[in-house]
Amino acid sequence: MTHDFPRMTGTAFTPDWFESVSVNRPAAERRAASLPARRTVKKEWQAAWLARAITCIDLTTLAGDDTAGRVQRLCAKARNPLRADLLEALDLQELTVGAVCVYPTMVPHAVKALEGSNIPVASVATGFPAGLTPLPLRLAEIRYAVEQGAQEIDIVITRELALTGQWQALYDEIRQMREACGPAHMKAILATGDLKTLTNVYKASMVAMQAGSDFIKTSTGKEEVNATLPVSLTMLRALRDFRDLTGQMVGFKPAGGLKTAKDAMTWQILMKEELGTRWMMPDLFRIGASSMLGDIERQLEHHVTGRYSAANRHAQA
Amino acid sequence: MPKVKELMETMEYGPAPEASTEARAWIAARPVIGHYINGQFTAPEGETAEVVNPATDEVLTRVGLGTSAEVDAAARAARLAFPQWAALPGHERARYLYAIARHVQKRERFLSVLEVLDNGKTIRETRDIDIPLVARHFYHHAGWAEVMETEFPGHAPLGVCGQVIPWNFPLLMLAWKVAPALAAGNTVVLKPADLTPLTAYAFAEICAEVGLPPGVVNIVQGDGATGAAVAGHPEVNKVAFTGSTEVGRIIRRQIAGSGKKLSLELGGKSPFIVFEDADLDAAIEGVVDAIWFNQGEVCCAGSRILVQEGVAPRFFAKLGARMATLRVGDPLDKTMDMGAVVSRRQLARIDALLKTGEAEGATLHRAPGALPERGAFCAPGFFTGTAPAHTVSQAEIFGPVATTLTFRTPDEAISLANDSRYGLAASVWSENINRAIEVAAKVKAGVVWINATNLFDAGAPFGGYRESGFGREGGRAGMGEYLARPAAPGKPRPAPAALTEVAPFTGPSDRPAIDITAKLYIGGKQARADGGQSYAVLGKGGVAIGQAALANRKDVRNAVEAAGKAGDWGGVTAHNRAQVLYFLAENLSQRAAEFTAALAAAGSPKPAEEVEATIRRAFWYAAQADKFDGAVTATKSAHVTMTLHEPFGTMGLVAPDEAPLLGLMSLILPALAMGNRVVAVASQSAPLIAARLYQVFETSDIPGGVVNLLTGERDALAKTLAEHDDVAALWYCGGAEGAAMVEAASAGNLKPVWPDTTLRDWLNPSQGQGRDFLHRATQVKTVWLPYGA
Repeated sequence: MTHDFPRMTGTAFTPDWFESVSVNRPAAERRAASLPARRTVKKEWQAAWLARAITCIDLTTLAGDDTAGRVQRLCAKARNPLRADLLEALDLQELTVGAVCVYPTMVPHAVKALEGSNIPVASVATGFPAGLTPLPLRLAEIRYAVEQGAQEIDIVITRELALTGQWQALYDEIRQMREACGPAHMKAILATGDLKTLTNVYKASMVAMQAGSDFIKTSTGKEEVNATLPVSLTMLRALRDFRDLTGQMVGFKPAGGLKTAKDAMTWQILMKEELGTRWMMPDLFRIGASSMLGDIERQLEHHVTGRYSAANRHAQA
Repeated sequence: MPKVKELMETMEYGPAPEASTEARAWIAARPVIGHYINGQFTAPEGETAEVVNPATDEVLTRVGLGTSAEVDAAARAARLAFPQWAALPGHERARYLYAIARHVQKRERFLSVLEVLDNGKTIRETRDIDIPLVARHFYHHAGWAEVMETEFPGHAPLGVCGQVIPWNFPLLMLAWKVAPALAAGNTVVLKPADLTPLTAYAFAEICAEVGLPPGVVNIVQGDGATGAAVAGHPEVNKVAFTGSTEVGRIIRRQIAGSGKKLSLELGGKSPFIVFEDADLDAAIEGVVDAIWFNQGEVCCAGSRILVQEGVAPRFFAKLGARMATLRVGDPLDKTMDMGAVVSRRQLARIDALLKTGEAEGATLHRAPGALPERGAFCAPGFFTGTAPAHTVSQAEIFGPVATTLTFRTPDEAISLANDSRYGLAASVWSENINRAIEVAAKVKAGVVWINATNLFDAGAPFGGYRESGFGREGGRAGMGEYLARPAAPGKPRPAPAALTEVAPFTGPSDRPAIDITAKLYIGGKQARADGGQSYAVLGKGGVAIGQAALANRKDVRNAVEAAGKAGDWGGVTAHNRAQVLYFLAENLSQRAAEFTAALAAAGSPKPAEEVEATIRRAFWYAAQADKFDGAVTATKSAHVTMTLHEPFGTMGLVAPDEAPLLGLMSLILPALAMGNRVVAVASQSAPLIAARLYQVFETSDIPGGVVNLLTGERDALAKTLAEHDDVAALWYCGGAEGAAMVEAASAGNLKPVWPDTTLRDWLNPSQGQGRDFLHRATQVKTVWLPYGA
């Protein structure tokens, strides 16, 4: 990933920044409900936003039945997310997704399939999705994925530490994970569906950033509740507070439950309104999704042709 | 068209206009907006004025300015339609209201767009807030019509309602007025604002479409003169006005003494209180919804932001950053947060106030970004460095600019919040429930939102304290404004039988063994009249039975001041107040023989019954002290919406000449039971009973200042009480002339007045006591508490 800003380093553990914070859920829900009604994008602008959304997608397969063949297919789609005639009609030459996201053992297949494409491979690690394997094994898993060529590592936090308020311990774990990542960018998955309260979400976000996470990410996709707007809003506000306190820029990745082009735009609006246009770019914003791309393709075809499109007209991932 | 590739870098929103073709065609087909009278759309007879789209300055059409003849025709049509409409079973009226609600929903987009063109507000707000609330209001009141017979037994509609509404929420304010009036069985003459006549006209078309009987709803377009004609029309039984406090005062004076029921929903300068433990980002969004909603043209806008000093710098930094993201422009564009203010004149008024604010030394922060060249657009903003003494801290700006103050402690926040002549709404932000609810309890406002702002629902009463008006709209309390329990026909109350002659009385006299001095009772102490005068009191057969102190305006002043210092009374438990009233009954009972004799001497026809009824009444109100409860109202999910019955504070009570003990106590007891302090003027002709009563008060654990008793010339004292800005409500039992006088005099602080001008049979509980007294001794405060962990 190339940045026009220095890579974030995190800070010392600073509980003052979050200990007394309390997030008001009804207020967050009101804002989340009104925001998509306050903004919309149409026509060329909508096409541009959807094309931009494609560049932010972490095209993902995280299933027990993943195979080399499955991963190769996904990578082929990552290289060609949009049909050539549509690219041409939109006057876009190069368009790729943000990254391909797989399990650690699938990293070599993905790296090979994406050779020469500049598309980074992201790997989940640290006993994904529960994160309850022993810490040395979790750290070893990170190092393995990096050695295999992953440029981005999506780690999961130990929910127990958040749920019982052991923030220092959580900080220490994430710090070690960041060190294990080395040059690879680290996305910290908070598993917000497990944390339940928005106050927990805020605090966990702040600890993850203090510990040096390059991104904070909502969900593994395996919790009961995945990315929601109120949760995302809370994380973005933590991210904004962290930026205001430190000057460091952290990215955001909603994952799980985002399926439609409309979802993509809703989250883009959220990013733009809460953080500004800079945070809509793939070095600071990723969308973890597997089926969303298909819907975006159909919407873009409609934009080009004026006719509603069908799924079978677009290549499967 | 810009290129997709470029837009991928700028990520701008681009235009997203709502189509306005249908609404514009509708307007084009109506070169003049006329009236709707007796089911007919009539061309205006008088002058017309331009209807301007404030976002573009274009003239959309013209509107008739209703003449007094047109108002007269409308009022007569409403009168003719009233008996049949009122006689319809509730279910039949419910069906009409239900049909109106349905039709509003079917015309949702059309009405939303029409409102934008007329008012300049954004399509987002008309589409998501105004019009859905309109439909909700008619549905809710269809329900009230359905259940009226069982929910309001013994109540009847008032007759013809004259309703005058403002331009800031044209159709919504129409709904707030028309729905409860019709549900209760009244008929309506409504005057929309001359700046925004369109949706009211479309509403009239909906009335015609659903087949509402002619004359039930009449709409007369026009300006202030038309409004005055509506309020002043002799066929009108009830006046409901929403608008400025200034015009509210004019209407109060105009209809004083007419016997018309009045409700006023007026201006505000509502506090928005942010504690250091608040969710600051949530509170920032609250400000957006408070002062940057509807271009700040909201009577209950949170326009005075009070922030705890420790978090103020962070809060203002966040507020400035948030303000910069607001989008101001074409209100038909779906991505706009703010449209145009209603007119260039309103814009000039706002600008002048902002200049005053800056001239007085405050710093004005405005949102960056250019405004459209055409149209009455106003950049959102806020002041820092404002002090309570600044003009902009006191005057209602009615535009998208808030003032700010910092405070140190919760006490100071409450004190600053209440430092206003208004009392419409308040918003409290704190994650500490103890703190939030304490502020909600102590703030003087008719609506309090905890960790929220500008939440509305048809089931939640809305209305103000103090100079923000009286009466409520929405819910059970709102229905109460359009209903009354028909009074037993009573004769007009004659002038007091006795004059207050100060010269020595030389006629026959019934001298006691030792001369008795009847004094005033102020602040728990017996006090001589300030003027040093007394007047002779005559008993049966014109025999002088004693001398009563002749109070003057300074005694009123002293009594009101003493009452003001007894503020704890409203805070003691209802159980405690009940105990005091029971004790009062007990002590009165011990001296029953003495009171009976005194009443007999004063010429009371049934002295023993009067004393016994007074004791019973004390028991009844003691019983009610902890039973006249508020309610929890079903509004939105995950919201506790409470309606509380709060005391006014200091009430003025002017007792009738008849039934000197029971009449006086029938006023004092309900006021005390509900937690008010009172300044009571005893029967002018039989004042000596007051001098005995205060001895009972003294022995009944009533704290000093809670009851103050004055004797003297009734109407002179009533006038001073009516004018007094620290008296929050006034009950006046006197004649028609006096009622007109106190109603007019009450316009100063717009206290609610209960004029009682016909003789009552005070011995009869159905006339002399009841829930009506308790309702009139309290004001409804609606507290919204959204929840969620």
